[in-house]
Amino acid sequence: MSYSPPRDRLWFLRRRAYLVFVLRELTSLFVAWSAVYLILLLDAFADGALPAFWDWAGTPWVLALNVVALAAVTFHAVTFLNLAPKATVIRLDGWRVPDFMIVGGNFSAWLAVSALILWVLW
Amino acid sequence: MILRVSRYRPGVDAEPVFQDYEVPDRDDWAILDALNHIKDTVDGTLSFRWSCRMGICGSCGMTVNGEPKLTCGTFLTDFTGPVTVEPLRGFAVIRDLVVDIDPFLANLSKVTPWLVREGEEPASEFAQTPEQLEAYKQYSMCINCMLCYSACPVYVLNPDFLGPAAIALAQRYNLDSRDMGDRFDVLSSEEGVWGCTFVGECTSACPKHVDPAEAIQRYKLTAALRSVLPFSRRRS
Repeated sequence: MSYSPPRDRLWFLRRRAYLVFVLRELTSLFVAWSAVYLILLLDAFADGALPAFWDWAGTPWVLALNVVALAAVTFHAVTFLNLAPKATVIRLDGWRVPDFMIVGGNFSAWLAVSALILWVLW
Repeated sequence: MILRVSRYRPGVDAEPVFQDYEVPDRDDWAILDALNHIKDTVDGTLSFRWSCRMGICGSCGMTVNGEPKLTCGTFLTDFTGPVTVEPLRGFAVIRDLVVDIDPFLANLSKVTPWLVREGEEPASEFAQTPEQLEAYKQYSMCINCMLCYSACPVYVLNPDFLGPAAIALAQRYNLDSRDMGDRFDVLSSEEGVWGCTFVGECTSACPKHVDPAEAIQRYKLTAALRSVLPFSRRRS
């Protein structure tokens, strides 16, 4: 005879690390929204309907949603890139590349791609 | 110092209850020393597992103030107020602080945690280079203390999940140059590495710095490559 505790439905509130994890997972919804928004933008561009798209994008609720989405996607990207060394073990002639260099490489690539996109669009 | 200990006496208690014990607040005492003091001088009915007292055997894992800890390596001086001691979370409680470890042992055996060889017996010992040793040494430090299981919300919510230590030990053999086994079918399943949502608390809880989260994420990459590249073998 043994005792099995009931399922704890508020488990994610018990530890800070659990809460950060759940927040990171929930921000995936905003990543999906950002992808949909980008597809809608490209579709409007292809159809020559950009003015109508900007009118819609300028409505208060879309603006508010995108401000929240920007914060959520940034949080998701930062936490995701910080976790990358766990899945990427790189050895160069026996020397293991330290985590900070992998994280730094990821952030540098992110900044470089962002700068390239800004340069193209400007 | 007050030790607030979870008690569960089968047939007596419907569910665990807390019992307070006053123990000497000694600088050199670990929680395990305080528990042994209670058992030896105050209440001989208190039940808990322990053996080596030096972080090797992995027997004395418990939940101390909400955190999975080896009680032999957690000292009274780490705390100021009452210290709560409970059984490891994620496991059924057999009595007081003793949990049922059979589900863990069953998961462990699924990953064939030993060197698998094919063909003829070797004529001499297998020599390994320092690099070959280094490839798996970190994962070989696991002492099966189950703290990582207790810290993992995925395992606590879904006991079918293979779990951090079993996967880390599978990687310990996968990365061993002497091993010829293939654990792909067990590891690359919903209950295997793909059940992991990468909370990362298994690594935080590990007292031996095994880093099970890393082992799991690395095998996800291996499993994904093998799924995409059917001609690739396990050492890809």
